[in-house]
Amino acid sequence: MSAMLELDAVSAGYGETEILHGINLHVDRGEIVVIVGPNGAGKSTAMKAVFGLLNIIAGEIRLAGEAITNTPPREVVMKGVAYVPQSANVFVSLTVEENLEMGAYVSAENPAARIEEIFELFPPLREKRRQPAGSLSGGQRQMVAMSKALMLHPKILLLDEPTAGLSPKYRGEIFQIVQNINAAGATILMVEQNAKQALNIAHRGYVLVDGENRHTGTGQALIADQEVARMFLGATAERPA
Amino acid sequence: MEQYYGYFIYALSLLTMGGIYSVLALGLNVQWGFTGLFNAGIAGFFAVGAYTQALLTTPIYRDHLGGYNWPIPLAMLAAMVLSAVVAYAVAKICIRLRSDYLAIATIGIAEIVRLIFKNEIWATNGPRGVSQIPKAFEGLPQPWNTLAFLGMVLTIVALIYLALERARTAPWGRVMTAIRENETAAAAAGKNIEGFRLESFVIGSALMGLGGALMAQYLKQIDPNVSDPLTATFLVFVMLIVGGSANNRGAVLGAMLMWTVWSSTEILTSRLPDEFAIRSAYVRVFLIGLILQFILQKRPQGILPETRPKPNPRHRGDNSPVKNSGRTTE
Amino acid sequence: MMEFLNFYLVPGVVLGCIYALGAIGISLTFGILRFSNFAHGDTMTLGVYITLSLVQVSGLHPLAVAPVAMLLTTGLVLGMDLAFFKPFRKSPTIMLVIASFGLMLMIRSMIQFFWGVQLHALRIGIEKMAFFGPFAILPRHIMIVGAAVVLMMAVHLMLTRTKIGKAMRATSDNPELAALTGIDTELVIRATWAMGASLAVAAGVFLGLDTHVETMMGFKLLLPMFAAAILGGIGRPYGAVAGGLVIGIVEELSSYPWIGETPLLSPGYKAGVAFAIMVAMLIWKPQGLFRGRQF
Repeated sequence: MSAMLELDAVSAGYGETEILHGINLHVDRGEIVVIVGPNGAGKSTAMKAVFGLLNIIAGEIRLAGEAITNTPPREVVMKGVAYVPQSANVFVSLTVEENLEMGAYVSAENPAARIEEIFELFPPLREKRRQPAGSLSGGQRQMVAMSKALMLHPKILLLDEPTAGLSPKYRGEIFQIVQNINAAGATILMVEQNAKQALNIAHRGYVLVDGENRHTGTGQALIADQEVARMFLGATAERPA
Repeated sequence: MEQYYGYFIYALSLLTMGGIYSVLALGLNVQWGFTGLFNAGIAGFFAVGAYTQALLTTPIYRDHLGGYNWPIPLAMLAAMVLSAVVAYAVAKICIRLRSDYLAIATIGIAEIVRLIFKNEIWATNGPRGVSQIPKAFEGLPQPWNTLAFLGMVLTIVALIYLALERARTAPWGRVMTAIRENETAAAAAGKNIEGFRLESFVIGSALMGLGGALMAQYLKQIDPNVSDPLTATFLVFVMLIVGGSANNRGAVLGAMLMWTVWSSTEILTSRLPDEFAIRSAYVRVFLIGLILQFILQKRPQGILPETRPKPNPRHRGDNSPVKNSGRTTE
Repeated sequence: MMEFLNFYLVPGVVLGCIYALGAIGISLTFGILRFSNFAHGDTMTLGVYITLSLVQVSGLHPLAVAPVAMLLTTGLVLGMDLAFFKPFRKSPTIMLVIASFGLMLMIRSMIQFFWGVQLHALRIGIEKMAFFGPFAILPRHIMIVGAAVVLMMAVHLMLTRTKIGKAMRATSDNPELAALTGIDTELVIRATWAMGASLAVAAGVFLGLDTHVETMMGFKLLLPMFAAAILGGIGRPYGAVAGGLVIGIVEELSSYPWIGETPLLSPGYKAGVAFAIMVAMLIWKPQGLFRGRQF
């Protein structure tokens, strides 16, 4: 069975500047895969590469076996990839419900039923459905961003630092939500700064440094690895392991 | 023989008008080419200069201010100063704004200026305008008066060109280029962005005022709609963009070239039967617009690409030639 | 008092409605296409002249042929977008502004070429004042305000109830996210042009009905429309409505003899009122009264 998403020796960057140098990674169906690494390692860049937001200089990206290298964002969405950027990931002047409707834009079906399902997954959003997304707290906004991306049952969900800037309480909640979504059947590729917590819930992880693969393994194996730990599992501004 | 004399006089007029528009284009180049400020109100500063020149030099007249009898050179200086003052006021308010806001504001200013000249009839004779404006060298016999005036205009163009070239290669010019291309870096280096932009806007507008003063003399009469303000503004922009923004030679080239195109198409179409001749002016504007769109899309750097200030080899002890590069879009 | 209402306030509201309809288009274009469209005024003029020709050909009332004029104008505007604006989708804003500046003059010169520069009347005939108690209002003013209100409600419904309307709001809010979400931004852009052009045609027809038709009419409205959009918070169509009404009313009221017998502001300077308001806003609160886009 081919992986849901494969990056095959991908070099990519902005214009002429190359940021990723031949990286390899794959995500199998039903997995949570986490990309961690120091700042500037190219983690977010890898995600943007999948979504056609950069110049792919070399290599290939495949979705369920089909090449999607350099495909424009709108088509990538239609093929079943959903992307939640790190910031500015909701339409602040639209209501929660309207945000969800926009998440289903490419489909001609009535989104009402799916919206109800989403509210089952994210109960706090139900009572806020008619409020502008901009009036919600950071954690709730993140929920809106993720649920918006889930509207069309994506084959794979790309999350770019979902807990960035959130209080510890919300961080835990978000990681729990990621697991819930995964349990409900979603395949997830996640970039995270909170490496330990992220690797804890992940099936597998990749460590990128300076745009290259450095380590890979199961979530637990990476947490236990000495070098990875030294690199940044204890040395970040997070509370110690 | 008569015919050749006619062509000769026409050629002189082309050069004179081309020269006056060169002054305007050079002024716009300071604002747009070097600093990236979109001044859509050229006609306003032009009008301020023209009216200043007119009102300071014309003899006493019942319907407008007059009788001050200033010498022509002094009036031209006053024209520059007044335009500069108006420019300072406008820029102080608008310089921080994004480029399209500045464009809206400057169009507004041009309109206000036009309204003032139209409504304050006691001062300017309103829509009827000011005429019999003294023109430099008009006492001389033909063709010497025309030649002398042309000589003056071309001398002024040359002086402005040299001064601007000097400024461009001096630290002032290099700061401008830096601001235009990477504002955040320039600000981080401690440069007073607003101050530089203000200076640039004021200097450019002063030149436009001078252009107005020259035009007032050349035409010997002006009114609030002096040559359809918006078309004139537009024409100067096209001249600069076609000739090459951020390039002083480009400004002059563009002015001469586009004025010749504009003027000769007028001659051609005036030969047509009446109903076509009247409407031909509109076709000409349309074609100029089309030329602009074409240049914007296909060759935005214009005919003569931007000249970047070269480092001075004497100061650096560096004799390597520095290549000119095409204009980078901001 | 009656004079105040009938000859100053009511015309102010009428003018305000006209400004408002035009300003909505400017606000939408700014929010979604991210530039100030200098050609908007002359687009309005184009729509009015097309209406004029349709009226002359068909003999129908201008409001009856206006929808057709809206369609035709929209078609032309979409063509202009394709030829002159689309190449600059990813370029700096200023290129679009310059292109629109050139387009403004191109549109106007073509209008002048095909229709000439003389004045035209959109509707012939004398109109009698309608009297409602102490109010004396021209029927056409009632019609203009009524039609304007209907149009504004239509805009509101479209933006809040239709998929494309919500997509327009989303794109205006965050164009990058809109693209990531899979929203068809080119379709949104076309819808924006269609809406803006149609509203401009309406505004122009109303102005033509209220005054006359001439080739500079749209350009003369450009500054007030921009001022209205800025006043209301550029990028906010609802703010543009408020801005338009404010400017229209203030402009008309400025020539009322508030103090003594003479107008507060000489009528010749009416056009300057909008400009003064705009400058004041730019100094004091550039993001507008309703906190529009942070520019």
